[in-house]
Amino acid sequence: MSADLPDTLRGAVDNGGDVSNVTPARLLIGRAGTAYRTSTQLQLRADHAFAKDALNATFSLDESPIKELAERFDLFEVKSEAATREEYLARPDKGRRLGEGVAETLRENCPSGVDLQIVIGDGLSPLAVRSQVPSLLGPLLDHAATRGWSLGRTFVVRNCRVGAINDIGEALDAQNVVLLIGERPGLATAESLSAYLAHRPRTGDTDAQRNLVSNIHPGGVTAEDAVWRILGLVDAFMIQGRSGFTVKEPARPTSLSEASGR
Amino acid sequence: MKRSVTLRGEKFNFDDLRELMACANEPKAGDRLAGIAASSERERVAAKMALAEVPLSAFLEEPLLEDDVTALIIDSLDREEFANLRSLTVGELRELVLSTNFASEWQRGLKGALTPEIVAATARIMSARDLISAAAPLRSVTRCRNTMGEGGVLGVRIQPNHPTDDVAGVVLSALDGLMFGCGDAVIGVNPAGDAIENVVALEHALQELIGAVGAPTQSCVLAHFTTQLAALERGAPVDLLFQSIGGTEATNAGFGVTLQGLAEGREAVLASHATREGFIGENVMYFETGQGTALSVDGHGGVDQLTCEARAYGVARAFDPFLVNSVVGFIGPEYLADATEIIRAGLEDHFMGKLLGLPMGIDICYTNHVEANQDTTDQLLVLLATAGCNFVMGVPGSDDVMLNYQSTSYHDAAGVRELVGARPAPEFAAWLEQTGIFVDGRLAEGSANGPESLQAFAESIKELGR
Repeated sequence: MSADLPDTLRGAVDNGGDVSNVTPARLLIGRAGTAYRTSTQLQLRADHAFAKDALNATFSLDESPIKELAERFDLFEVKSEAATREEYLARPDKGRRLGEGVAETLRENCPSGVDLQIVIGDGLSPLAVRSQVPSLLGPLLDHAATRGWSLGRTFVVRNCRVGAINDIGEALDAQNVVLLIGERPGLATAESLSAYLAHRPRTGDTDAQRNLVSNIHPGGVTAEDAVWRILGLVDAFMIQGRSGFTVKEPARPTSLSEASGR
Repeated sequence: MKRSVTLRGEKFNFDDLRELMACANEPKAGDRLAGIAASSERERVAAKMALAEVPLSAFLEEPLLEDDVTALIIDSLDREEFANLRSLTVGELRELVLSTNFASEWQRGLKGALTPEIVAATARIMSARDLISAAAPLRSVTRCRNTMGEGGVLGVRIQPNHPTDDVAGVVLSALDGLMFGCGDAVIGVNPAGDAIENVVALEHALQELIGAVGAPTQSCVLAHFTTQLAALERGAPVDLLFQSIGGTEATNAGFGVTLQGLAEGREAVLASHATREGFIGENVMYFETGQGTALSVDGHGGVDQLTCEARAYGVARAFDPFLVNSVVGFIGPEYLADATEIIRAGLEDHFMGKLLGLPMGIDICYTNHVEANQDTTDQLLVLLATAGCNFVMGVPGSDDVMLNYQSTSYHDAAGVRELVGARPAPEFAAWLEQTGIFVDGRLAEGSANGPESLQAFAESIKELGR
């Protein structure tokens, strides 16, 4: 019976030699009794301190690296109903609605009824927008254009919650809206971005009508994979005429070049 | 029905039971956000006084909300048992629940007479120690591939999440947890992606791991339940069917969940278990909940978040779950503002779930945008362990690298078991002794102590001939 170790265990023992090759999780870190070792304890405190700071980080359309994006894609910014960061944290309902007059601003500045409207929201980590959106937005728009889709003008929503996607759908009547939004900062990374996707979003829609590609950061889903997954979902929306939990993500990523027909 | 109370000469009026319940709740950011919280501490206490005088029959006569969850709650009420309680007031029920012999009466059948609304009303006139002392003797034993919930057992879910669902990373994380004696409740992964193929791959990987080490436990991949069922149809081994649920029909609709869908899913999983080995019971569901959920999807209907949470337990109870836990600090400061509110909510959720007869655990946690820290989770963990909580989470180093929040760690779980003298599930405890992870009921000196421990564990599995 006692042959060699099962593959599962042999692989794990090998990986145990260098945990960071397979996961950012804090594994095989030893213990002091049942408590953390002192170095673990203090590292956790340090990581928490950085995560707290990331909540209050900012980005500006006038500063690199968002400045270059703003110039290339003619970005502009609007606000949710939440006037301040404090109000944003305490009143998620305000973060889910566009501020007064914003719908008109959007209609004046963006084409209506396009196939794909991409929006950038600061969310809980403006740092994530600054870190991930520069490598994501260009490829996303390029590959979407290759598919022959009509594209909206991308803009930024400050103090933005995911639910703002409904008001954006109402204002611009886009077929598909993709909201790139900073995730709640974690300990391992404070720079993780999510893409929330919805087909013809309208007032009253919930997460049941949305799809999500999360954990977009160098240690998670890479920008290249994120682009593929987002476009794959939008493809599925266009074919099925709906979004949400009834639309399952398409299976294996074919390579980006195949997906774009190159 | 209108109710009023005069407190030191000041008269407080409450238009109906829904308003009275909301005002009587302990301070919660979510009730303030919904605009239904008491406007002063005086009003809060006045509402508690009025609520203590309300007869239990009123909760059947004045439903707070009309929807399919209310219908389910009314349908599942044991009316014969309720006849013994109907003339009691909420205040009298509190004293009954805290009385010495309550647990045996509860076990005999009284638990069938308690509705979520009644339990939620009682919780809000109880102190923190009341919530702990009342919950401690109430046990809910459930069986899937092992036995959870017996007296003295504190289970642990291994939560080996990974930002890209990398199977090698998930497996290594789960093994680390096993070496701390964690994992008897479930090895349960929250997948980063909801694609069916992804869920199928994780289900197989967890089963292979459990098979390779021979641990008597169950696995779960916490995707949307429809995705898990699609994976099951493709031959994936589904031990537990997971779903997040809420306490109103509108909340569940926001999650893409119907009661009928859950019932059909449960049947499908039970049918699949009949074709597999190793199952010793028919508790196959795993539910997560949390105060504030209903409001977050605008599905609360003006009902306070403590009551909505209790109603979610009413939903869970109808499906004979193996595990239920509230994720108490996950939702954010707009629902539970700080450590004080999180600790209070954790104790309330555990008490309410237990009183309704659920195998109640708690994910004791916090996010980085709430005013809480590692001390908060430490404190609530010790409190809940003394309250006889069925299970808690084990997250490596407390840091969930996929969901980006902090929960209790493998270390924390092992430590609190030693602190309060709690054991793992019996079948799992025997396996821990066989593999040398435990010696005489305690974590062995050489276990969970870095990469060398993993090598030693693998060798012991090899010697056991697994």
